[in-house]
Amino acid sequence: MKTFDLATTSLRDINQALHEQAVECTEREWKITGAKGDHNLVCGLDQALSVDIEGHAGYYCAGMNKKAHVVVHGNVGQGVAENMMSGSVRVKGEASQSAGATAHGGMLVIEGNAGARCGISMKGVEIVVKGSVGHMSCFMGQAGALVVCGDAGDALGDSLYETKIFVKGSVASLGADCIEKEMRQEHLDYLTDLLNRAGIDEDPASFKRYGSARQLYNFKVDNVSAY
Amino acid sequence: MSDKDLKVNPGLRESATFDALTMQEIRRAADTGIYDIRGFGAKRKLPHFDDLLFLGASMSRYPLEGYREKCNTQVTLGTRYAKKPIVIETPVTIAGMSFGALSANAKEALGRGASEVGTTTTTGDGGMTPEERGQSTKLVYQYLPSRYGMNPDDLRKADAIEVVLGQGAKPGGGGMLLGQKITDRVAKMRTLPMGVDQRSACRHPDWTGPDDLAIKILELREITDWQVPIYIKVGATRTYYDVKLAVKAGADVIVVDGMQGGTAATQEVFIEHVGIPTMAAIPQAVQALQEMGMHRKVQLIVSGGIRNGADVAKCMALGADAVAIGTAALIALGCNHPKWDEEFKKIGSAAGYYDDYHEGKDPAGISTQDPELMKRLDPATAGHRLANYLRVLTLEAQTLARACGKSDLRNLEPEDLVALTVESAAMARVPLAGTSWIPGQGY
Repeated sequence: MKTFDLATTSLRDINQALHEQAVECTEREWKITGAKGDHNLVCGLDQALSVDIEGHAGYYCAGMNKKAHVVVHGNVGQGVAENMMSGSVRVKGEASQSAGATAHGGMLVIEGNAGARCGISMKGVEIVVKGSVGHMSCFMGQAGALVVCGDAGDALGDSLYETKIFVKGSVASLGADCIEKEMRQEHLDYLTDLLNRAGIDEDPASFKRYGSARQLYNFKVDNVSAY
Repeated sequence: MSDKDLKVNPGLRESATFDALTMQEIRRAADTGIYDIRGFGAKRKLPHFDDLLFLGASMSRYPLEGYREKCNTQVTLGTRYAKKPIVIETPVTIAGMSFGALSANAKEALGRGASEVGTTTTTGDGGMTPEERGQSTKLVYQYLPSRYGMNPDDLRKADAIEVVLGQGAKPGGGGMLLGQKITDRVAKMRTLPMGVDQRSACRHPDWTGPDDLAIKILELREITDWQVPIYIKVGATRTYYDVKLAVKAGADVIVVDGMQGGTAATQEVFIEHVGIPTMAAIPQAVQALQEMGMHRKVQLIVSGGIRNGADVAKCMALGADAVAIGTAALIALGCNHPKWDEEFKKIGSAAGYYDDYHEGKDPAGISTQDPELMKRLDPATAGHRLANYLRVLTLEAQTLARACGKSDLRNLEPEDLVALTVESAAMARVPLAGTSWIPGQGY
């Protein structure tokens, strides 16, 4: 394992060293210590690395991640794993707003709560939040799945496309064109598998499923009050 | 009202307030219950570069020989932080236009034309196509609120990144691509179901203000290892403040798009009633840069209604480092060409008037995803036409610069200009012709 201490090594040098692993992988396991809310930690990785971050990360931690498996042993700021393509990111603490924004693939697990706009414009990522999520989560979600083991804030799934949403607790309100849907066996099977892969011990049968009513997919003047 | 009608009954008087076009729009709204959506840019008459004139050299200034003496057109963009700034051979670049709004052949043609003359072309909402990357030697990758098709591989393939906050045709509004253009390929690139009306967000999903944007730009720099320039593009509104904030956020290059800038589709009310004219935005942007000591250090690209070399030269005289063209580039490719007039008539339009880009029925094969219509645009031929046009713009701008005694287009200055109208004098901050009066700048 290779270890970097942010107290003595610059963010630029750390990210550069990790990026060079995409060209020639010399070390699979990495640890970063001394994180005190530093922004843009380990963003742009493109190799199947295992990266542990000790401390709290700032904005855009593991942004645009590909292939790497990142664990943050603390809290994260805005936009963790934004636009992730593959691999995984696990946050042991809490996450600020826009967690997993626009992410195309991979898995984001947040063991604490996530702030507003969790999964905004998500495009295929699987997000599992052990706690609750804030308002406007999954806004314009296009694909993938958002699982919330706690409660969801206002306007969940507003203007949703095809993202699947599962919530165990309460939903303050649903956004435009987001409706509760029947939880069929195929959805239970998928959720069971997803929770297992996320390492979250919850009963899939205790969740409700939400999705797009698909009424706003094409503009109709009769729906004008929804816009 | 036509001239013929007037001849028949010259006593009829059309209302200036409720003219025929206004009445027609009221009837259309009453019929359909929906606002009008169209492409192109503002069609109303606006204060524009035609209201400015150059003061050619005579006794008090010394001209350069038009056919002998060198007038540099090369510009380097992104000198502030990027390890690899972009060098363009002409200060005329191609503005961002999406695959989806445009056909793959049109995008390829834009790349071919730009590359032929050594300038940049720009992606748009929907991501980077292999056709465009393959044919563009210098490609700017737009980073938009929707992040459709956004991925780090393409980001690293780009020669520059343009963070788009808005565009001149619709500052404050998001994009729109209606279902008839969401083909299988477009849908896959944007991770959307086929045939849906695609609404691009108007705000970025993971930052909310200039302080956040500064961190976002650092993320983009980290991901690309500080190699390429990062632009910030804004629609022209509160340009003075926006440019200051963009500099503070860390931009290498700022793109200001005036309200004459085009769009593939948005509400007519947006196109005609939001933003400020390009000519009014440039002095604001330059003032902001100068006050921060960043003029020429952070390069300024201006777009919105640029049509000829005079417009290019006037933008540069007002302080721009380069310009971008969109609508004019499409016209050079063949958009609205008279040879398709019969086909335009079949869809209720006419050559020179067609602006329903969102319907995807463009007879010229440019703003369409219809495979049969697309075939009408040969990328090699259209690309060469664009290259020719870009050369003419450059030659015309050089001609005017030499006449003003300038050996570099960027040596043109506001003192080389006068205005024909009080409005243009006030907006461009140059004297009314024949006077020393700049409205708003003392008496």
